[in-house]
Amino acid sequence: MADLILGIETSCDETAAAVVESSKLVRSSIVSSQIHLHERFGGVVPEIASRAHVELIVPVVAEALVAAGVEGDQIEAVAATAGPGLVGSLLVGVSSAKALATVWGVPFIAVNHLEAHLYASFLEDPDLQLPLVFLLVSGGHTLLVLMEEQGKYRVLGSTLDDAAGEAFDKVARYLGLGYPGGPAIDNLALGGDRSAFQYPRSLVQENPATLPDDRRFAFSFSGLKTAVVNHVRSNPDAATEDVVASFQEAVVDALVTKLKWALESTGVEAACLGGGVAANSRLRDRFMEVCDSTGVKGCLPSRAMCTDNAAMVAAAGYWSLKKMGPSPLNTGVDPNLGLV
Amino acid sequence: MLILAIETASSQAGCAIGGHEGVLASAHSGINGRHAESISPQIAFIKEQAGINYSELGAIAVDIGPGLFTGLRVGIATAISIAHALTLPVIGISSLDLLAFPARWTSRLIVSAMDARRGELFTALFRRVPGGIQRVRDANVCTAEDLAAEIQTFDEPSLLVGDGALRYAEVFESLGRVELAEQGLAHPSARAMVQLAHARAMREEFVQPWDLEPIYLRKPDAEINWSTRNDSK
Ligand SMILES: [Zn+2]
Repeated sequence: MADLILGIETSCDETAAAVVESSKLVRSSIVSSQIHLHERFGGVVPEIASRAHVELIVPVVAEALVAAGVEGDQIEAVAATAGPGLVGSLLVGVSSAKALATVWGVPFIAVNHLEAHLYASFLEDPDLQLPLVFLLVSGGHTLLVLMEEQGKYRVLGSTLDDAAGEAFDKVARYLGLGYPGGPAIDNLALGGDRSAFQYPRSLVQENPATLPDDRRFAFSFSGLKTAVVNHVRSNPDAATEDVVASFQEAVVDALVTKLKWALESTGVEAACLGGGVAANSRLRDRFMEVCDSTGVKGCLPSRAMCTDNAAMVAAAGYWSLKKMGPSPLNTGVDPNLGLV
Repeated sequence: MLILAIETASSQAGCAIGGHEGVLASAHSGINGRHAESISPQIAFIKEQAGINYSELGAIAVDIGPGLFTGLRVGIATAISIAHALTLPVIGISSLDLLAFPARWTSRLIVSAMDARRGELFTALFRRVPGGIQRVRDANVCTAEDLAAEIQTFDEPSLLVGDGALRYAEVFESLGRVELAEQGLAHPSARAMVQLAHARAMREEFVQPWDLEPIYLRKPDAEINWSTRNDSK
């Protein structure tokens, strides 16, 4: 069994590599962010991201090996994110991983980025018991997942329109807070009144049973974004701190309410949070509140493990290799890969 | 010195292993746009065919463009990762040099013209010199009509090579003293790359894998839009 796995993650605008031992011990985790390259465009530009990955991939992999204190030929398998994500970006990481696996003569493992986020929690809490409910919130995804056993998932609900992180970015852009929007709003909201304005909570009602089955655990954020924009347009004097605090509260309310319903309806005993938006301090607080009030064990990975990184890719790769064996060298990438 | 050559800049993908004594093994796939799927299995295959160990390689050669962005990046990411893993230097070779290379015996003006899509071509001009060929004009991106007009200013016999020349054949065929090279020479080849790279290896024209720079010739669209927006302010 491969104990020393090199993980590579290039699905969006982070070039990352990590060495993980026995799916538990993170020997190194290097993340090179491209935020500075995309800032002026107000979002990730795929062609710019792909070019940057080509420049960064070798230095980042080299740094991960050095930081882990291992030589390349000690690596026993190479895992890379093969989807979902930006196709040009995914291709750089997958090509690099296959090349390394080929010359080192070790297995290549194609990893699902969403699955990798789930495994991030096991890196920090190896004793985590299954089944559990996972709330994955990022710029590209908003998913409520029932993880029944290793490699077996059921998507309870996802977003019908914008991802939560996307809503943060769009509102931040409208308010001129810069890119990325999440951290900017998080900071500014600390000084605001989150009950100043009552923005809509889509698909959230008193009684979950009144929602149709396919909507019960679903999310929708585009109406909220529009409501915030319209409100600010007609109330230009509204304090930005109060606007973002109220907006953030509406997003977090929707997320944790659905999580609570999911915990009640599945009866599982643990919940995990992951994805870039899981770095949001208000979401982290409310997530733990919900776990405590429903009496389940809440698993809250560190911010570095919530945002995109390659340690989670190596961890997911370990389980995937154990369960399904190596991926063929002619595996391609899939920008729209789903969790199940 | 044994060289592994990787070529994925056009619609085709290929690789070859060879050196002083010529090409030991090569593979080639004409499947459009499946570079990422095919290149690693191809490399593993030709290594077996050549009967060598990776540790016997002395350098990795790769097409650095211009070419189709996605294919180009697949090849470069593969090449620099292999070079890094084996602690080998890299030899970056332009696709337009590669296209001109099989035509190096002609005394005519050699015109490399690759299909750049969007109605444009990646082009460069070459002439025979003692011991090889030399660029007359550096790589650019232009329309077939622009290139035809440029060829006319030289007013001499010319040989056009590349899938771009063939795609816009009707534009060039009307020019006098111009010949289009056959389909078999329309794509840069990994076998030619072994030869060209070997000559450069002898002159120690290497770079480290992290220093290799692709030749894109086109800026990302977002950057073009951004600068026009800011210029007009
Ligand atoms: Zn992610």
